[in-house]
Amino acid sequence: MAKEVVLMKGNEAIAHAAIRIGVDGYFGYPITPQSEVLETLAEQKPWETTGMVVLQAESEVAAINMVYGGASAGKMVMTSSSSPGVSLKQEGISYIAGAELPCLIVNVMRGGPGLGTIQPSQADYFQTTKGGGHGDYHLIALAPASVQEMADFVKLGFELAFKYRNPAIILADGVIGQMMEKVVLPEPSPRRNEEQIIEQCPWATTGCKGRKPNVITSLELDPYEMEKRNLHMIQKYNEIEANERRYEEIECEDAEYIIVAFGSSARIAQKSVEHAREEGIKVGIFRPITLWPFPAPELAARAKQAKGILVVELNSGQMIEDVKLAVECNVPVHHFGRLGGIVPDPDEVVNALKEKLIK
Amino acid sequence: MKHEIIIAGFGGQGVLSMGKILAYSGLMENKEVTWMPAYGPEQRGGTANVTVIVSDERISSPILSKYDCAIILNQPSLAKFENKVKPGGILIYDGYGIINPPTRKDIKVYRIDAMDEANERKMAKTFNMIVLGGLLKIRPVVSIESVLKALKKTLPERHHHLIPMNEEAIHIGMDIIKEI
Repeated sequence: MAKEVVLMKGNEAIAHAAIRIGVDGYFGYPITPQSEVLETLAEQKPWETTGMVVLQAESEVAAINMVYGGASAGKMVMTSSSSPGVSLKQEGISYIAGAELPCLIVNVMRGGPGLGTIQPSQADYFQTTKGGGHGDYHLIALAPASVQEMADFVKLGFELAFKYRNPAIILADGVIGQMMEKVVLPEPSPRRNEEQIIEQCPWATTGCKGRKPNVITSLELDPYEMEKRNLHMIQKYNEIEANERRYEEIECEDAEYIIVAFGSSARIAQKSVEHAREEGIKVGIFRPITLWPFPAPELAARAKQAKGILVVELNSGQMIEDVKLAVECNVPVHHFGRLGGIVPDPDEVVNALKEKLIK
Repeated sequence: MKHEIIIAGFGGQGVLSMGKILAYSGLMENKEVTWMPAYGPEQRGGTANVTVIVSDERISSPILSKYDCAIILNQPSLAKFENKVKPGGILIYDGYGIINPPTRKDIKVYRIDAMDEANERKMAKTFNMIVLGGLLKIRPVVSIESVLKALKKTLPERHHHLIPMNEEAIHIGMDIIKEI
C-alpha cells in the first residue's frame, strides 16, 4: 500500500511522530516558535489511544525533571522548547547526561540571547554541541533540514539515545518548525510493555523484587570513582564519534567552493547553489546532519578539493569553529550569517560567497 | 514546472489560509509543496505574508529572493514585494486602499477588486478565495478540482456545506481579474 503523504508543520510532525513510534511521555511548556508540538499532542489526545502521557508542566525546569524521572524508569520520554526554555532545562540535561539516561530533547531555536525574538535562529549551536550544562558531557545532536527529517529524527533520536544511554537533541529552528511540507509519518508501533522495558533497560528503576536495586544518580562523592565514571562516558562518546556521524553532500563532486550549513541554512544555501551555478560558479553544500558527533573526517576529505569554504549559519559564527578544526587551516574558511531572527535570502548567500571567497 | 509565489497583505485577510489551500491543492496533485509563513507577533490588522512553492521537482529553499508571482493585498506589501517579482513574472493586486499602484513595466500586472466584490456580495469571508480564483485564471498552478478536493480534505465535515460558496468565489475571481 502506498504510504500516506500529509502536509504539516515541522512542529506538528514531531508530535505525530512521537505518538506513532510509541513514546511514553511528553513534558513541556509552551513557547514560540515550538508551541505546536504541545498543541498538536493536546489535540491528538494520545492518552486515549496509546496511553502516552502528555503534560504541560508548570515550568521548563519541572518539565526536564519529569523527563529525568521518566527516563530513570526506562520510559521513552521527551520534552521540547525554544531557546530561552532550553536554557532553563540545562541543569536537568546535565543531570540526565551524568546519570546516563536516554531521552529526547527538541529545541526549535529563536533569536537570542535572553528572551530575544521569536523568529528563526541557529544561535544555540554552542549550547547544544559544547555542553550547555556543566560537566564533561555530550548530547547526540541531530539537525533536521526538512519536515520529513523532523518526523524521522524523533525515531532516530530515541534509537541513538537508548543505544548509548545518552540524551539526544533535535536542533531545529523557527523555519523548520513553522513551515509546512509533505511528510510520510513513521509506521505506528505500539509502546513497549513493562517486560520489554525491563529487558531493554536492565539499569532502570523498574521495581527490584528479586534483584539488586538499581540506583540512578549523577552524584558521586568519591573523586576517584567519579573519574572512573567520566572515563567510562568518554569511552562511550568516542564510540559515538566513531559510529554515528551523519552528513549530506549536495553537488560537491566538481565543487571548487563548499558551503557548510545545517538545518534551514542548508535549505536556503541549496537555492544559492542553483543561482551560483547558473553564473558558472562551481559550489556545493556539505550539510552536517549530526552536529555532535561532527562529521569532521568527511568534511576534511571533501575540503581537499576546495579553494574555499563558506560557513552559513543563522548566528555570528559558531559551527565555523568545528569546520576550522576539521579542515585544520588547509583551506580558507569564512562565515556568513544573519542574526537576531533575520533569515537571509538565497541571493545574500551568493553575494557573500563572491565577496568573501571569490573576490 | 515550478511556481514560486508570495501572498502578502493584512493579518485577518486570510493570507495564510489562502496559501494553505494552495499548498494542499498542490498536494492533491502529488506535487512538491512548501508553505513558509513570515510568522511573528502577528495580529489582525498587522502585516502577514506567506511563501508558497508548488513544483514538480524537489524544492530547495522555502525562502526566496525573487518570486514568479506576487499576490499583493495592501499598500505596505506592494512597497515590499513589487521589486522582488522576477522580470517577466506577474503581480496581482487588490485595488482596495492602494494609493500608489505598481509601476514596473517588465512584469505583467493584474488588478482584482476582490475586497469590493466580496463586500458587495456580502461574501467577505470568501475574499481570499476570490483572489485565489484570480490567480488560477492567470496561472493555473493547480486545478479547481484539486482546490475543492483540498477543501473537502482539510475542512471539518460540519463546514462542508460552505464549499459551494467557495467554489462560487473562485469563479467570481476568475471573472473579475483584469490585466493593467
